[in-house]
Amino acid sequence: MSTDVDVVVVGGGPAGLSAAMRLRERGVSRVVVVEREKVAGGVPRHCVHPGFGMRDLHRLLSGPHYAETMVRRALARGVSLLSATTVTSCDEGGVNVTSARGTQRIDARAVILATGARERPRPARGVPGDRPAGVFTTGQLQQWTYLEGLPVGARALVVGAEHVSFSAILTLRHAGVATVALVTEHQRHQSVTGAGLVARTWGHAPVHSFTRVVEIIGRRRVEKVVLENLMTGRVWSETVDTVVFSGDWIPDHELARRCGIVMDPGTLGPASDALGRTSNANIYAAGNLLHPVESADVVSLWARDVADTVAAELLHRAEGTRPWVTLGIEKPVSWVWPNRIIVGHAPTRLRLHTESFTSARTLQLVSSGHVVAEQRLRRTTPNRSMNVASSFVDALGEASATIRLR
Amino acid sequence: MSGWRDVDVAIIGAGVVGCALARELARFDCSVVVLEQATDICEGTSKANTAILHTGFDCVAGSLESRLVHRGYELLRDYAAAANVAIEATGAVLVAWDEDQAASLPALAEKARANGYPESVLVGAHEVYELEPHLGEGVLAGLRVPGESIIDPWSVVSAFATEAVRAGVELCLGTRVESLEREGECHVVCTTSGRVRARWVLNAAGLSSSKVDGFCDHHDFTIQPRRGELIVFDKLSRALVNSIILPVPTKRTKGVLISPTVFGNVLLGPTADDVDDPGATGTTREGLERLLDAGARMMPELLDEEVTATYAGLRAASEHQDYQVRRHEGENYVCIGAIRSTGLTSSMALAEYVMELMRSAGFDAASLPAPPVPVMAPLGEGQRRRYLDNELIAVNPAYGEVVCHCERVSAGEIVDALKGDVAATSISGLRRRTRAMNGRCQGFYCAARVVAMMIEATGRVASDLTGLPR
Ligand SMILES: Cc1cc2nc3c(=O)[nH]c(=O)nc-3n(C[C@H](O)[C@H](O)[C@H](O)COP(=O)(O)OP(=O)(O)OC[C@H]3O[C@@H](n4cnc5c(N)ncnc54)[C@H](O)[C@@H]3O)c2cc1C
Ligand SMILES: Cc1cc2nc3c(=O)[nH]c(=O)nc-3n(C[C@H](O)[C@H](O)[C@H](O)COP(=O)(O)OP(=O)(O)OC[C@H]3O[C@@H](n4cnc5c(N)ncnc54)[C@H](O)[C@@H]3O)c2cc1C
Repeated sequence: MSTDVDVVVVGGGPAGLSAAMRLRERGVSRVVVVEREKVAGGVPRHCVHPGFGMRDLHRLLSGPHYAETMVRRALARGVSLLSATTVTSCDEGGVNVTSARGTQRIDARAVILATGARERPRPARGVPGDRPAGVFTTGQLQQWTYLEGLPVGARALVVGAEHVSFSAILTLRHAGVATVALVTEHQRHQSVTGAGLVARTWGHAPVHSFTRVVEIIGRRRVEKVVLENLMTGRVWSETVDTVVFSGDWIPDHELARRCGIVMDPGTLGPASDALGRTSNANIYAAGNLLHPVESADVVSLWARDVADTVAAELLHRAEGTRPWVTLGIEKPVSWVWPNRIIVGHAPTRLRLHTESFTSARTLQLVSSGHVVAEQRLRRTTPNRSMNVASSFVDALGEASATIRLR
Repeated sequence: MSGWRDVDVAIIGAGVVGCALARELARFDCSVVVLEQATDICEGTSKANTAILHTGFDCVAGSLESRLVHRGYELLRDYAAAANVAIEATGAVLVAWDEDQAASLPALAEKARANGYPESVLVGAHEVYELEPHLGEGVLAGLRVPGESIIDPWSVVSAFATEAVRAGVELCLGTRVESLEREGECHVVCTTSGRVRARWVLNAAGLSSSKVDGFCDHHDFTIQPRRGELIVFDKLSRALVNSIILPVPTKRTKGVLISPTVFGNVLLGPTADDVDDPGATGTTREGLERLLDAGARMMPELLDEEVTATYAGLRAASEHQDYQVRRHEGENYVCIGAIRSTGLTSSMALAEYVMELMRSAGFDAASLPAPPVPVMAPLGEGQRRRYLDNELIAVNPAYGEVVCHCERVSAGEIVDALKGDVAATSISGLRRRTRAMNGRCQGFYCAARVVAMMIEATGRVASDLTGLPR
């Protein structure tokens, strides 16, 4: 069986839904969103706390309410939504899917990948020890608690101290679990100012800086977690039955990698310009797949730009291959996006991410051995991307360049 | 099982060896129980190995192990094909990284011949790189071993157990053997859920095999657990590896290898460290770092990929360089101990061999027509997975409803694994039978749903499944 559409969007999260709606608004007639879960909406479906929709919908909603609103609006704009349907592979001519109706081919003139990002689970972080029950990621914990109502435990340790780590405390509190502490290998937490104070006074959970997990101990269930202070060498353990590994995002990039588009070694998502154009003229990318992780409203706004580009290029696709330059990085910059820029198309925005805290440094754009642009940066925070004025890369010529901190 | 039972044969342990024995005995007119302390089959060493079907090319020539690995290879290869258990004949290439290792290759080829395996071929560095283009720099030479294969280790045990149970063998889970008493020709097996009087007792207790042997006052060997830690890399690394990449073995260990799995991942490991505690199946920072160091030299690109899982298994090694399979004169008791690091491969041959020992000691049950070989769910990437099987989806749409996205496990498969003759009773048992939650996200997307499905299908309580107090 096969269907023919204009655009197929893979993933019905904020990015995919937003892009699909915009395509319809731009007059593209046949737009299909394929979503593997029974209910579309993506990660916000299980983020039962306010903090969604400010910038795109101009309302403050909870995650599930935001997800429902996005789905409703997409349907109202004539987007076809295929839920409980998994895209198993994609190429420049469309996607292959499977569902309770069997396998199917969807041919499309353009494909938008919007498969999102996930948190690295324990093994990917190299945490040794036993393998008992009671080890979660935040996303898993939220579904466990809010979607399925399963019991969590009594005492938890949260690994990570970025935005999502604090939302893990909220979920734990809702589930009746005491958060014993948050631990981060960095010198302080990486969320908004005051988050640490809120966690301490209201969640009674201190943030242990410079701290790593040495080992998890427990036969059937987590019994304790051994911790180490990387500065003092002090080793101690916390008696908990639950460990939540939060943050440390990685794009869900399997489809993107398997379809052969060029990937960026920094973001681990598809290399793209600010409009979601990848190395394949028919395949675009949007949302957290490109660079984890932004808030849902930002993702949704930027996905509109991707949709505008797709709509325009469906009418006038440039002939031949586009000449690109690559934007590389030097540590401690861990990624920059956009990371591939079409020669002559100045990017509309520039995001930067560092692996550590830095302050009072100079950001340099280096091309052919010369510093072609410089800008002072007051500070950067790991696990939190920041805006740099896109004019910073205006000096880009036809040679690739590297962004570094000095 | 409870109270007092009389049987012809009691098997202690439901690992790959115990289950192979049960399957073998199911072909005879006799009553058989399998006594297993864990609440599922395959909870010991059999769940945590390297999943290779060995040719036995590097065994100690002339040993029982060599003979049984050789025979077991053929038996299991054919059985896996019949039972729809994933197996791939990827072959192996043994790689020499220094002059000493290169110099030892001809002797290894000679040893392979002595082990009844003449197919190995010496190859130069150039050919090694042609076979495995992603190997790191510094390869000097290699030995190709075309027969080495990869197999789904969990479905093997399930298939044996399923075949046995369908043919009438009783599987007693959650039943620990605490002592054995001689009673004339028979033994009384005292367990945590009652006593069994058995005409024959077969000790397939793995890491506890020497302890159980002690119940019969035998002290022929002592198990020295040897831990092997392993790292499983993301499926996106599978394209880096064509075959099993072996190091030159030492006396103690086959060494750290890189191997594809039938599930489409790549394994790096195992380490080999003697430990005192037979429960020490945790991983260690030091062990994982050693593996990553070895991996960085063997295949630097592999380390750029994400790690999906880490685990450790314990080999039942002993002070001897061979299996300890023995029947003492005048006893209807066979110890199948110290099955070291090849028991998956040799399991069916071990069962055949134990049968010969029993026969020659007067076990005279009549043979029955062979029971049908069960057809296992296709879990291998080389097989037609359910989510792609349109004919089956048309009959049962739940096979098209993917629940575990990373491993593409359908709702239908999860439901099947929770019913069945040897059904999953725990989350880890469900993982082994379906692959659900074994993928790169380790449950970020699907764990909540899968556990909820398990509760719904079995009526089990969530806290029981997740090790929480009620
Ligand atoms: C715990 C937590 C708290 C958060 N709190 C906030 C907050 O307060 N405010 C805020 O603005 N943001 C918050 N976020 C971030 C926000 O949820 C994400 O930025 C947003 O969901 C990203 O949207 P996306 O569409 O890129 O990806 P996702 O939401 O991840 O959506 C991707 C979708 O693609 C589907 N998919 C993937 N692969 C396939 C395939 N092969 N076939 C079919 N479908 C597929 C997935 O099922 C999913 O539905 C939070 C995130 C988390 C985890
Ligand atoms: C790291 C590693 C890699 C390996 N790689 C390979 C490989 O690639 N190929 C290969 O062929 N082999 C390999 N092996 C070896 C193979 O896994 C083992 O030889 C095999 O699993 C042994 O099976 P078993 O049934 O003897 O033991 P087990 O699987 O340990 O089973 C013994 C069972 O007995 C039960 N038991 C113990 N005491 C009692 C009691 N008192 N009462 C009731 N029940 C009891 C235990 O609970 C357990 O379930 C490897 C092993 C390791 C550790």
